[in-house]
Amino acid sequence: MRHRLMKKKNVIQFFGFFALRGCLYLVLAVLLLFLYDIGKKGGGAVSWEFLTKAPRKGMTEGGIFPAIFGTFLVTLITAIMAIPLGTFAAIYLNEYARQTRLTRLIRLSIRNLSGVPSIVYGLFGVILFVNIFKFGTSLLSAGLTLGLMTLPWTITAGEEALKTVPNSYREGALALGATKWQSIRTNVLPYALPGMLTGTVLGLARAAGETAPIMFTGAAFSLPFLPKSLKDQFMALPYHLYVMATQHHDILKARPLAYGTALVLIVFVLGINMAAIILRYRLRRKRR
Amino acid sequence: MTKRRLRNIKESALKAFFFANGIIAILVLLGIFALLFFSAVPAFREIRLKEFFTSITWDPTSPVKAEYGILSMIVSTLLVTIGALVIALPIGLGVAAYLSDVAHWRVREIVKPIVEILAGIPSVVIGFLGIVLFSPFIAKVFGRSNGLNAINGSLLLAVMALPTIISISEDSLNAVPPAYSEASLALGGSRWQTLIRVKIPAALSGIIAAVMLGMGRAIGETMTVLMATGNARAFPHGLLDSVRTMTSNIAIELGEVPYYTPHYYALFAIGLVLFIMTFCVNLVADIFLKKYQEREL
Repeated sequence: MRHRLMKKKNVIQFFGFFALRGCLYLVLAVLLLFLYDIGKKGGGAVSWEFLTKAPRKGMTEGGIFPAIFGTFLVTLITAIMAIPLGTFAAIYLNEYARQTRLTRLIRLSIRNLSGVPSIVYGLFGVILFVNIFKFGTSLLSAGLTLGLMTLPWTITAGEEALKTVPNSYREGALALGATKWQSIRTNVLPYALPGMLTGTVLGLARAAGETAPIMFTGAAFSLPFLPKSLKDQFMALPYHLYVMATQHHDILKARPLAYGTALVLIVFVLGINMAAIILRYRLRRKRR
Repeated sequence: MTKRRLRNIKESALKAFFFANGIIAILVLLGIFALLFFSAVPAFREIRLKEFFTSITWDPTSPVKAEYGILSMIVSTLLVTIGALVIALPIGLGVAAYLSDVAHWRVREIVKPIVEILAGIPSVVIGFLGIVLFSPFIAKVFGRSNGLNAINGSLLLAVMALPTIISISEDSLNAVPPAYSEASLALGGSRWQTLIRVKIPAALSGIIAAVMLGMGRAIGETMTVLMATGNARAFPHGLLDSVRTMTSNIAIELGEVPYYTPHYYALFAIGLVLFIMTFCVNLVADIFLKKYQEREL
């Protein structure tokens, strides 16, 4: 009797673990399918001309250089807007601010703001940058909108990294007569830097792949020229993919180009991701 | 003496600098809510609140009588979101349990970054895959002319919610004190029984947080649903119907709407509803997250 119970238990465990492994294989299979499909069909479309030329013949031929360039520029503006402000705010919140109920509330709202839908940031960008500040639909409006969206992520990432610094590091410096800033500069920041950088760069990668916030603040359907100033509209990879996949007048003819765009976008975004992870690895090793 | 004073001035200046940055960041972020709120309010000069939330007809450009009911969109959003969670929760929890309890640590070290790749794929690419991969498949399986419907959106959102659900559930399963599972194993429970009856219940608050975070992301996701769910305005009757979520509706109409009309303000009102919904979901997630993190200490 006891023996049989034992056996039944083991059989259930066998099938249970089997099912769990099945879940893992399923997820890996989906990811593989995604990457394979885009890699294979996108790889066929990508060529030197595709990467360096503008679209031709109603976007059924030619390349996507303006979109690559536009995404690069808008990500740059995002970085300029979000990184310094976010990092300094994180330093203030974690190192200077007294831990009161108010700072807890602020921290809570910042964390929650990082979960606000990107299209809501798009709406906000339309009101504030396009209409109130009169930047129009432009590179500047789109970059600032993405910057706002990235801000909560940078603050949260900065704070997470600062939190991992042991308090003894700060106290050690202070005990030797260092001022607050000296202790932060020499003991806290070097330790927290890899984490802060990775978190920030990951946030930028996410921003670079976003479509909803730039759709109404500056991204253009198709432009024959590159943006010359911050007030110009621009083409961007994510929006270009959306257009090629759903808005194009001859969708099937545009499909190979859409695949190519998807591949370039994925490489761009995952490339930034990878750079962040390698950077963290390097910095950590150097510290040791 | 002067040196020390100089140093003090420098310290205060730096403190003021960081303080200013903190305040600016906070004001900007709170300003989002305020601006959104004040842009949504004018909508209700024309539209009755009751009509807005309970009417299923959204037809702001009708020449006869413009109608502003968002109930169909709310239901569509919830339909797609719940569909996504029903798919993603068992699979995600399964992967998390496998990684925390069954897999060799080396497998875990390899799989975790791979799952993070999934999280890094931009939503517009996922939506594109919904069109080119999932849609023909769904059309074939269900014998429809096209596969752009709620189930397509649910599948895609499930894929997008998986990384969050996997990583947070795994963290919370790992945070269960070893004494719990040791006690269960010592009493003769198998590893499977320990997992199902001891560890998962003990990690429940973390798992709930993971699901809520996934839900918040699914509710607010725009590009994926915009591209993959067909965007029909009608009230949805099932997962095979084409649906238009709140996010898609904003994305479709904001480009064409004349500024400062009731229609324009109504789109901001939808945005405000979205903001409040996701904020509440994230808040609940936060509470549950705190709960398991506190126990961990």
